[in-house]
Amino acid sequence: MSSNASRMPGRMIFNHIWRALPALIAAGSLLLAWEIYCRFSGISETTLPAPSQVLLQAWLNREALWVNTVPTLRATLLGFSLSLVLAFLLSVLIDFSTLMRRALFPIFIASQTLPLVAIAPLVVLWFGFGLLPKILLVALVTFFPMLVALAEGYASTEEEIEELLASMGASRWKRFWLARLPSAVAYFFAGLRISITYAVVAAIFAEYAGAAKGLGIYMLNAKNNFRPDLVLAAVLISSLLTMVLFSATWAVQRLAAPWIESKSGRSR
Amino acid sequence: MTQALLSLDRISLSYGDIDVLRDVSLDVMPGEFVSILGPSGAGKSTIFKLLTGAVAARSGEIRFAGRPLASDDKPFAFMPQRDALMPWRRIIDNTTLGLEVQGMSRKQARKQVEPLFEEFGLGGFEQHYPHALSGGMRQRAALLRTVVQDRPVLLLDEPFGALDALTRNQMQIWLEAMWLKHRWTIILITHDVREAVMLSDRIHLLSPRPARVEQTIAVPLLRPRFSHPTVRTEAAVIETSILGSLLSPDNQEQEGPTP
Repeated sequence: MSSNASRMPGRMIFNHIWRALPALIAAGSLLLAWEIYCRFSGISETTLPAPSQVLLQAWLNREALWVNTVPTLRATLLGFSLSLVLAFLLSVLIDFSTLMRRALFPIFIASQTLPLVAIAPLVVLWFGFGLLPKILLVALVTFFPMLVALAEGYASTEEEIEELLASMGASRWKRFWLARLPSAVAYFFAGLRISITYAVVAAIFAEYAGAAKGLGIYMLNAKNNFRPDLVLAAVLISSLLTMVLFSATWAVQRLAAPWIESKSGRSR
Repeated sequence: MTQALLSLDRISLSYGDIDVLRDVSLDVMPGEFVSILGPSGAGKSTIFKLLTGAVAARSGEIRFAGRPLASDDKPFAFMPQRDALMPWRRIIDNTTLGLEVQGMSRKQARKQVEPLFEEFGLGGFEQHYPHALSGGMRQRAALLRTVVQDRPVLLLDEPFGALDALTRNQMQIWLEAMWLKHRWTIILITHDVREAVMLSDRIHLLSPRPARVEQTIAVPLLRPRFSHPTVRTEAAVIETSILGSLLSPDNQEQEGPTP
């Protein structure tokens, strides 16, 4: 497949566009309907701005938007990293110890039942307006899907592979390292794609509850100043951010776990 | 007569309330190709689990080279049903797995395995991932992984069961040729009567559960067997007689026979 790509780059790009065409047409039609509605219904700009207005304002306020995007991105990435480290360590712990699994899993599930609306202001109250409460909230939201993905990934290990390793005299630790951990890689990336979409939203929510800078606080201020166009411009940025991070997971997967990609892309 | 390399002496084993093996006794000579043939669910794979130490017998004794088998002895290289190749490892790294578990560095293990790829019909596929290989090639890679562990006895658990008929036939011919060259001691589990007859020196025929060795059948046919037309006829006679005892009314207490 990769050799095809290098031989016929033009053809590949064309294929990509062709495949994306339905999505582009659908999204374009929605935007067009929105634009037409705003032009002809006489609705006020401070209630529902047209997409063209949102884009224009996003461009005119690009500097302010950028300054507020950086802290959100930073909180997202740091919180997500923290969550990955924690999820990995704890997934190993509960894989090796049934007792720990029984003790800790209910707590992890309970952590997912906390309503973010209530918990975000409290975390800001406890840890201040700095970076820390944002990191913690992003980690709180993204930790559980990652843990579940890893735990299920370990459990998906083919029984025969473990039997084979046992017959070779491999210790429990070696079996984990050689079979269970690599078996979880595909699950890990699936979990990564789910939780990365929560991560940006969580960071924005945390900023909404109190921050000096960030897309969340930017949205809040824009709303209070009756500028829905700027709120939507910030929404646009946060969506783009999520999409970029989402695509990045595919790129990382292709580099780190080439066998997964080629498996689904098998053509012969 | 030479001493048996491996012997099972009146082995009994149960999973909870279910008796799986009852007084199973069998032996394997050095360099011998032995099959364990029996209906599905008879407990054939359990015998391998016993040998690799995954389960323990309730009573009976296993002797290897004249001495009782200690729990940390590993004179067996095991090839599971299906190939159990790791999809995330390239073929070469799959074949070195046993050596790595033994503590050899990956680099050194590769050096040891590489020269064998041609002989196993895998030359040029060292760097491929398993999914890129055909069923027959995967089985050969799995056998290579088993052989390079350099254990005295190879345990092959229905190695060709998942292959299509034609590929299975090719693999049987290939395995016989390899065995004639290397004279490994092989225990093959199968429920394919023809496969057992065409490949083995002796066949231990298991009864339905709880399994015991119903009959041990010597197969004194010329080798290589697949290229002799007369051998095929003789083999057919042995095959018919084994099928006859597998399908006899005594063997139908539990469920339909699955030759």
